[in-house]
Amino acid sequence: MNKMFNTNKIKSLRLSSTAIIASIRRIKQRTRDLERYVGRLETLLALILLVVVISLLTPVFLTLQNQMNVLLHVSVIGIVAVGMTFVIIMAGIDLSVGSVLALASVIAASFLKLGVPGVVGILIGLGVGALCGLFNGLVIAKGKTPPFVATLGMMGIARGLALVIAEGRSIYGFPRDFLVLGQARIGGQLPLPALVFLLVAALGHFLLFHTRLGQYTLTIGDNEQAARVTGIPIDRIKLTVYMISGTLAALGGLIFASRLNAAEPTAGIGYELDAIAAVVIGGTSLFGGQGSILGTLIGVLLVGVLRNGLNLLAVSPYYQQVAIGLALIGAVLLDRFRGVRRER
Amino acid sequence: MKEQAEERAMESRGSLIFMEDIWKRFGAVEALRGVDFEVMHGEVVGLVGDNGAGKSTLMKILTGVYAPDRGRIYVEGKLVSFKSPEDSRRLGIEMIYQDLALARKQDVASNIFLGREPLRAYLGGLVKIIDRAKMREAAQRLLDQLRIRIDSVDQMVFTLSGGQQQAVAIARALSSTIQPKLIIMDEPTAALAVKEVEKVLQLIEQLKRQHISVIFISHRLPHIFQVCDRVVVLRGGKKVGDKPIHETNMDEVVKLIIGG
Repeated sequence: MNKMFNTNKIKSLRLSSTAIIASIRRIKQRTRDLERYVGRLETLLALILLVVVISLLTPVFLTLQNQMNVLLHVSVIGIVAVGMTFVIIMAGIDLSVGSVLALASVIAASFLKLGVPGVVGILIGLGVGALCGLFNGLVIAKGKTPPFVATLGMMGIARGLALVIAEGRSIYGFPRDFLVLGQARIGGQLPLPALVFLLVAALGHFLLFHTRLGQYTLTIGDNEQAARVTGIPIDRIKLTVYMISGTLAALGGLIFASRLNAAEPTAGIGYELDAIAAVVIGGTSLFGGQGSILGTLIGVLLVGVLRNGLNLLAVSPYYQQVAIGLALIGAVLLDRFRGVRRER
Repeated sequence: MKEQAEERAMESRGSLIFMEDIWKRFGAVEALRGVDFEVMHGEVVGLVGDNGAGKSTLMKILTGVYAPDRGRIYVEGKLVSFKSPEDSRRLGIEMIYQDLALARKQDVASNIFLGREPLRAYLGGLVKIIDRAKMREAAQRLLDQLRIRIDSVDQMVFTLSGGQQQAVAIARALSSTIQPKLIIMDEPTAALAVKEVEKVLQLIEQLKRQHISVIFISHRLPHIFQVCDRVVVLRGGKKVGDKPIHETNMDEVVKLIIGG
């Protein structure tokens, strides 16, 4: 009698442990599936937690006006970060985005001062970004130069040219049809830059996961040899991705100049690092081959909410730097802890 | 006139691939010295030889990566000249590399159709979107065809075992709209556990049953003797052995590989 009882107990224990292992595996798989599109789950959870904590600490945080402000402040870095996401997924890096941002705004501003309509000025600015991206892409793909070096060079070239063209001063006073870009509010509340950011993010997500461009970007970053062997046009993809990064940096610069009503040759300094931080916090691997736009969006929002929250709580802006640095390191360490294969 | 006669003679030979008198030199090194190599339809040929014997050079010439200095290649009786890997692939010759050339952080379906993704066109052909549903279906069908057991085509390749990854690489070779006639496998069993080796060898038998020829490059003679119909031995850029499997044994093959 006793023996039978023990056997049954053992059997049921074994069954339940197998069931537990199976459910753990299923949960891991679901998490991986979700993270493929949403980026690092912890970042999303951290963002939600942050929102909850800050709203409890200060009632101003959740007001529509404040939320719109947050969106406005993150939109420029956000747009740049979307471009950076593509570049990093491709196992590259673009250190020139801050300088290209300034150069594009300065050149566009010069033309605007000559009297061209706002739309033309914007197109010229975007063209400058695309050209800088094309140059980067050619040096990297055809010139076989490491992206770090190539874009570091462009960082200096673009910044220098911006200072030369603007003669070291800011160019200000733009026509209304240009100022609309940075200063309009849809429905009186939603800033146009925020809408542009969200549209750029949506377009980026679509490109990454539903087109060949995105698929090949992921493949090149994952295993360039595999891409070569399957006949993927590697050079063309690299050129395209760096041009996307340059153009989005320019877009950011145009929005920035339009908000300030001034184009500064010193604008965007350090933006490349902020963009990279947002991308990594959002869950994209610096080694390439894997990442998501949604993740970057959450990363950008996390940084923005952190800054905004600390501002509302009257914490020194210097502490914000510390906080963001800690968030970046914490995010990557979390991967180690979870055993996630993101950073090799 | 002479060419037509030659072509007719070549066609009557009935081989799938015939590489005739191939020579290739890299600088001072003569990688291949007058090698003849033939593969019949639905045949599994083992290609063996020590490192530097010329196996991979021969295969690179067959897959259009290199052009031979001298010699001719006939595919189904017709003289061909490959200017690029694309040319070779278009004639139904597929190569699976030793490192499998898989994108490990991508899912199985995407890997199988890498470079050949099915598309749906919108806006009058302006926007082409990857048809993921079609891709997943087709990937699943290919895996079923090959009797490969993988939990889901959405799985990331890095979660698969070595043997399963090999299977995905084989499925990719079969995913072209042009039905492959020949699949070249470079060391497919090298890094695999015993059970996995069996699965890969079974896959090769599957391919043979589908009348697809296989060139099996390997250092593992037991595996060669298990699935191949014929074995070809290269040494120092020359062919030193070409025998049906039943007419030889491992000792003889080893002696041919080492020489002397």
